[in-house]
Amino acid sequence: MAEVVLDKINKVYPNGFHAIHDLDLDISDKEFLVLVGPSGCGKSTALRMIAGLEEISYGEMKIGDRLVNDVEPKDRDIAMVFQNYALYPHMSVYDNIGFALKLARVPKNEADQRIREAARVLELDAQLEKKPGQLSGGQRQRVAMGRAIVRQPSAFLMDEPLSNLDAKLRVQMRAEIARLQHDLGVTTVYVTHDQVEAMTMGDRVAVLKDGYLQQVDTPQNLYDRPSNVFVAAFIGSPSMNLREATLDGDEVVLGQFRLPIPASIFEARPALRSFDGKRLIVGIRPEDLEDLERVPDPEGVVTIPATVSHIEALGSEIIAHFPLDAPAVDSGDPDAVEEIGEDTMAVGRFDPRSRARARTEIQVAVTMENVHFFDPESHLAIWD
Amino acid sequence: MSWVKRAPIRFAVILIVAIWSLPTTGLFVSSFRPQSEVATSGWWTVFSHPFEESTWTVSNYSGVLDASGLWRAFGNSVVITLPATVIPITIAALAAYAFAWMRFRGRRTLFAIVILLLVVPIQMTLVPLLRLYTRLDLSGTYVGTWLAHAGFGLPLAVYLLYNYISSLPRELMESARIDGATHWDIFRRLVIPLSTPALASFAIFQFLWVWNDLLVSLVFLGTDGEVATLIARLNELVGSRGEAWHILTAGAFVSMAVPLVVFLSLQRFFVRGMLAGSVKG
Repeated sequence: MAEVVLDKINKVYPNGFHAIHDLDLDISDKEFLVLVGPSGCGKSTALRMIAGLEEISYGEMKIGDRLVNDVEPKDRDIAMVFQNYALYPHMSVYDNIGFALKLARVPKNEADQRIREAARVLELDAQLEKKPGQLSGGQRQRVAMGRAIVRQPSAFLMDEPLSNLDAKLRVQMRAEIARLQHDLGVTTVYVTHDQVEAMTMGDRVAVLKDGYLQQVDTPQNLYDRPSNVFVAAFIGSPSMNLREATLDGDEVVLGQFRLPIPASIFEARPALRSFDGKRLIVGIRPEDLEDLERVPDPEGVVTIPATVSHIEALGSEIIAHFPLDAPAVDSGDPDAVEEIGEDTMAVGRFDPRSRARARTEIQVAVTMENVHFFDPESHLAIWD
Repeated sequence: MSWVKRAPIRFAVILIVAIWSLPTTGLFVSSFRPQSEVATSGWWTVFSHPFEESTWTVSNYSGVLDASGLWRAFGNSVVITLPATVIPITIAALAAYAFAWMRFRGRRTLFAIVILLLVVPIQMTLVPLLRLYTRLDLSGTYVGTWLAHAGFGLPLAVYLLYNYISSLPRELMESARIDGATHWDIFRRLVIPLSTPALASFAIFQFLWVWNDLLVSLVFLGTDGEVATLIARLNELVGSRGEAWHILTAGAFVSMAVPLVVFLSLQRFFVRGMLAGSVKG
């Protein structure tokens, strides 16, 4: 049980590559913190520095009030789960789980008790004599978890532990790990590139990009109040629609449309007034776009006419793509899928009963109260 | 259909194997022929009258085995070969682990030097080494021969084992480090068990090389009956009676017996070891 504190942590490789810039994180005891970001953002490097597998170039790292910059990994009282599980292929599941205890010279009967308890929690009782090669992917993943929990460390570090599993198993293990962490109450740092994992598992989520911490907050706050364009686009699926626009008095000019901004937004974002007559970036989440026919009370709703390009019917919702005549903004996510040739498509998440189909003309209702605004120069959210 | 298709390949393979093993077959057949026959007719003539009693004899074998000091030489070979195999493997495994997984100054340079030693012909080293041995009083001793064989085998051993050990997944080592393992723990509990195929295949190479060696043992041990190896002794046997090569045929098979047993018992690892590095797992 311990808190993990990163104070202006930097990583500069010998070749001069600066992987992590002034990373500040304050992970409290028993917290589940998720480090998320696109590939190459430095999230794994950060985790490996917490583990002691990478040297810290400068900055201070504390685990449970102890400065650990120069402490060996084995003396940091942490356990790590690797993406490929790193199970010892020549040892049985029992020996894999008990390896750390054996090295620590834990008395045999106590070790046995702890190994069997971990196996019971993870439902591995029947697999204890098997070798990792005889196990399924999900079971291997659980052995890796077992190896971590049996040590009763003060912190868990997990490096994309679910990315080698198929989609269905991943959802199941996601819930299992979250439950296990909650039950054990061990401080956990979890690295993933999957924003859904980040949102569903973390008490708080830290978003990284190019080695810079973008924002760290609860999943809901990240979603509701993204601090910049990158976080806005990265969190949420499908991504937020980001367009260049101009502010004209109480209206935002988006392409050929003029959308009135409700007073509540100006109250919440006092700085928005200063952009009068200037360019800014408008962000609209797909769920804030709806087929007008499915809006219960269409009176006074702001609408945009559109011709649907194509739809994805998911049963519970319909994802509608339609052109929007305003320049799209690059959020800077290197992993983002670019819509080839139709880079001005906007995405709306419609009620499944919507009759919108490809090539039909519809009125799209915009929930203006939820629209986001960003500075086009700094890409920062406009608040106050 | 598929049988017909595969037939030419099978035929070719069988043909190659037959040609390849012809000399050994001839040697084997000759080793059971009486001296007079060996001297006067080719080994293939036995097939014209294979069931006549005068065609076959085991006297060559009894001749070899009864020869003076042969059992002693056999024992010498074992005493020399086993340590001369175990010593370089042990050192090379430790060195390979260090080169692959430990960070220290001059690692690359040191490794490059070891690899460069691969190209040094052992003949070049014989004279200076023998001088050194004479001064250290190691000439004609088992220890000296072990060290010589170990030294000659080390560069290749380090190179082969480094290739294998460095290809073990990095996460295994990191995971073990976090689990509290020291370098020694990692080496002993992970690297050695996981490197069995590579260790076994090098063990076979080194064993065969030392067992069949004549040059090194002749230089450092001589033909003195007390310490001479089986190969040196057989060589002497033929050398002293150049005409008696019927004895040599039997001697060859006697000396072959041990490597054959070693090879067959380790070949499971050997075949896997050949694949080592090409496919992980």
